[in-house]
Amino acid sequence: MIRTTRRQAVAVAASALAAPWILPRSAIGQQKPSEIRIGISTFLSGPASVFGVPGRNAADLLIEQMNARGGIQGVPIKALVIDEAPGVNFLLGECRRLAQNENVDVMFASISSASCLAVAPLAEELRLPNIMWDCGTQRIFEEGKWRYSVRTQANAVPEIVAPLLYLLKMRPDVQTVAVVNQDYAWGRDSWAIWKTAMEAIKPGIRVLAELFPKFGATDFSTEITRLQALRPDVVFSTSWGGELDTFLRQAAERRLFERSLFVLPLAESSLERVGKTLPEGVIVGARGDHWFLHPIAKDTDRLKNFVSEYRKRYGQYPIYPTYHMAQALFALEAAYTKAIAANGGAWPSREQLMDTLRGLEFEHLTGRMKIREDGQGLEPMLVGVTKHVPEYPFPVLDQMVLFPPELTMNPMGTKGLEWVKGLTMETVAKAPAPIPYKA
Amino acid sequence: MELLLLLALLDGLAYAAQLFMVAVGLTLVFGVLKILNVAHGSLFAIGAYSASTLAALAGTPWLSLLALALAALAVGAIAGPSIERGLLARIYDKEQVLQLLLTFALFMILEDVQKLVWGVQPVFEDAPVRALGPVVVGGIVYTAYQLILLPGLAVVCLLFLVWFLRRTVTGRMILAVAHDREAAEAIGIDSRRIYLLAFTIGAGLAALGGALAAPTTSLVPGVGVQTIVLSFAVVATAGLGQIEGAAATALLVGLGRSFAVYFAPELEVVVPYLLMVIVLVLRPSGLFGGRELRRI
Repeated sequence: MIRTTRRQAVAVAASALAAPWILPRSAIGQQKPSEIRIGISTFLSGPASVFGVPGRNAADLLIEQMNARGGIQGVPIKALVIDEAPGVNFLLGECRRLAQNENVDVMFASISSASCLAVAPLAEELRLPNIMWDCGTQRIFEEGKWRYSVRTQANAVPEIVAPLLYLLKMRPDVQTVAVVNQDYAWGRDSWAIWKTAMEAIKPGIRVLAELFPKFGATDFSTEITRLQALRPDVVFSTSWGGELDTFLRQAAERRLFERSLFVLPLAESSLERVGKTLPEGVIVGARGDHWFLHPIAKDTDRLKNFVSEYRKRYGQYPIYPTYHMAQALFALEAAYTKAIAANGGAWPSREQLMDTLRGLEFEHLTGRMKIREDGQGLEPMLVGVTKHVPEYPFPVLDQMVLFPPELTMNPMGTKGLEWVKGLTMETVAKAPAPIPYKA
Repeated sequence: MELLLLLALLDGLAYAAQLFMVAVGLTLVFGVLKILNVAHGSLFAIGAYSASTLAALAGTPWLSLLALALAALAVGAIAGPSIERGLLARIYDKEQVLQLLLTFALFMILEDVQKLVWGVQPVFEDAPVRALGPVVVGGIVYTAYQLILLPGLAVVCLLFLVWFLRRTVTGRMILAVAHDREAAEAIGIDSRRIYLLAFTIGAGLAALGGALAAPTTSLVPGVGVQTIVLSFAVVATAGLGQIEGAAATALLVGLGRSFAVYFAPELEVVVPYLLMVIVLVLRPSGLFGGRELRRI
């Protein structure tokens, strides 16, 4: 039997009392919770609900599947979803409520870049781990350092650079371009990236028209007439949702596709809706390394199961926000697993979770990706060209190129808009070989 | 240059026709009921969604054209009397701010109703546009639907309303109530019936505007918001309650926007509101408004 002297007992008691203050806070784990509560901000109303609702649907489906497998490390997940449509002030209030009243462990914010820019500082204040699951602005990790935020997908720079590289690889003789983008931050910012990169890689391409119809426009007739008269080689548009659908259908009805090659970095999300109205030969981006017929992952059980379950439940093929939601959930699961292992089996603190997320490599539905030390996700970009096939009533992607992040994403510590000025035709030449569509 | 001007003119006319079809119902309702109906945008959206659904069921492109009119008629006939009798009739003597709040609340409710019924994914049905095919002007391909049918229907609608209000007994009764409700009641006009009729026509026009716009655009949640904002700009610029004024202002806004796209694209978005600000600064009651003028 071990005998404890009075002096030893006093020392042990003193150590126990002092421990929380002596040890770094991040090293102290916490009790295993009864559930992991995730606050999810997404668009449940307004035009952007075309992305927000599929994102929420994917969360419902995947969380149900994860919980059926025992949750994360035996702890079930519960999602609390809030609508970010009413605006940033409303969203911040809701995030605060989720953190302070609902005791969420992690926040998934958001779709809108403005929402992400606003939630990042709040997450610092609340010490609330925040996974940016879908917003695209590159500014977040270029202009700020966030202890409590990471992003589990790429950003606007590779999303625009990849289709540009694809275009110049496919059509190096392009002479003229016109843009039709929505008149708000994304429309303007994405055009700035495209224009700057294009002028660096191939100076001399003339911009014939810069058209920015109002956000939410329901008619593009005037823009289409203008484009028909100008006959640009390329029409570039980062529009999305109903507006992109309307633009494409009106352009098809008025045979604009016969005169110009379209480059549409976000059109993967519109393919099923516009159907074969969208002709062959249009360059389409997937906003990441994902698509239901992903050239490498399409026959994996993981993707096939997700696609079939999603279709069974919601009647549509999953589009890019669903994969972004999956990436956020799988990153969280991988981070908890890794942090618990590193913590000797104890549940990690919020800080330990965030430390683990930085530098984390994780598997998702269509591949594997990494989160950089600054919190930015490094994700390849899938770009292809539309093709009509008998298997589907809408165009599929052919000649798919998976652009690696090192070719399209600016390195840590640099600004994307400056970095693209250094792109050259050599960058174009480095584009990987295209992968043809296979039924 | 001449070709560009012609194209800008044609685009402006086509856009103005769509604008007028939405704004005219709003201005009619205000002219008679003195209520600014925020839910007008919802009636537009429901008309559009219903028309898309019905047109998709029609089977043939030509029947789908008929489906548009039927959908507008159905929405106007159901929603108009329900809203007027069920809600508005209770607040005619209340403060204007309360009336505004009520129609705004209705707008919010109907937005959710649209999501419940039609979901959030864009809805598109262009069979009516395909039925009429393309027309080519100066080497530029247009759709006959937008270039001929919509402006044609807008003109017919304007002429019909002017004839109905000025040349028929019922129309003159509406004008009498719009001018002075108490005096109209004193000579035996049932103003309750007139209010019901005017609101139902207004609701039908909103639904018709939506139904006619539906084949040209994707319908998404919030389409009613976009519509109501621009309609207000047109109606306010014209002067609340002015039907011919709404037509002239829709033309002005349509042409202004179209010429902006051609010659100063940066101004495209602000043109309608710029026109509104200039007009309201110079003439606070609108281009065609004024105490000396009779409303509608």
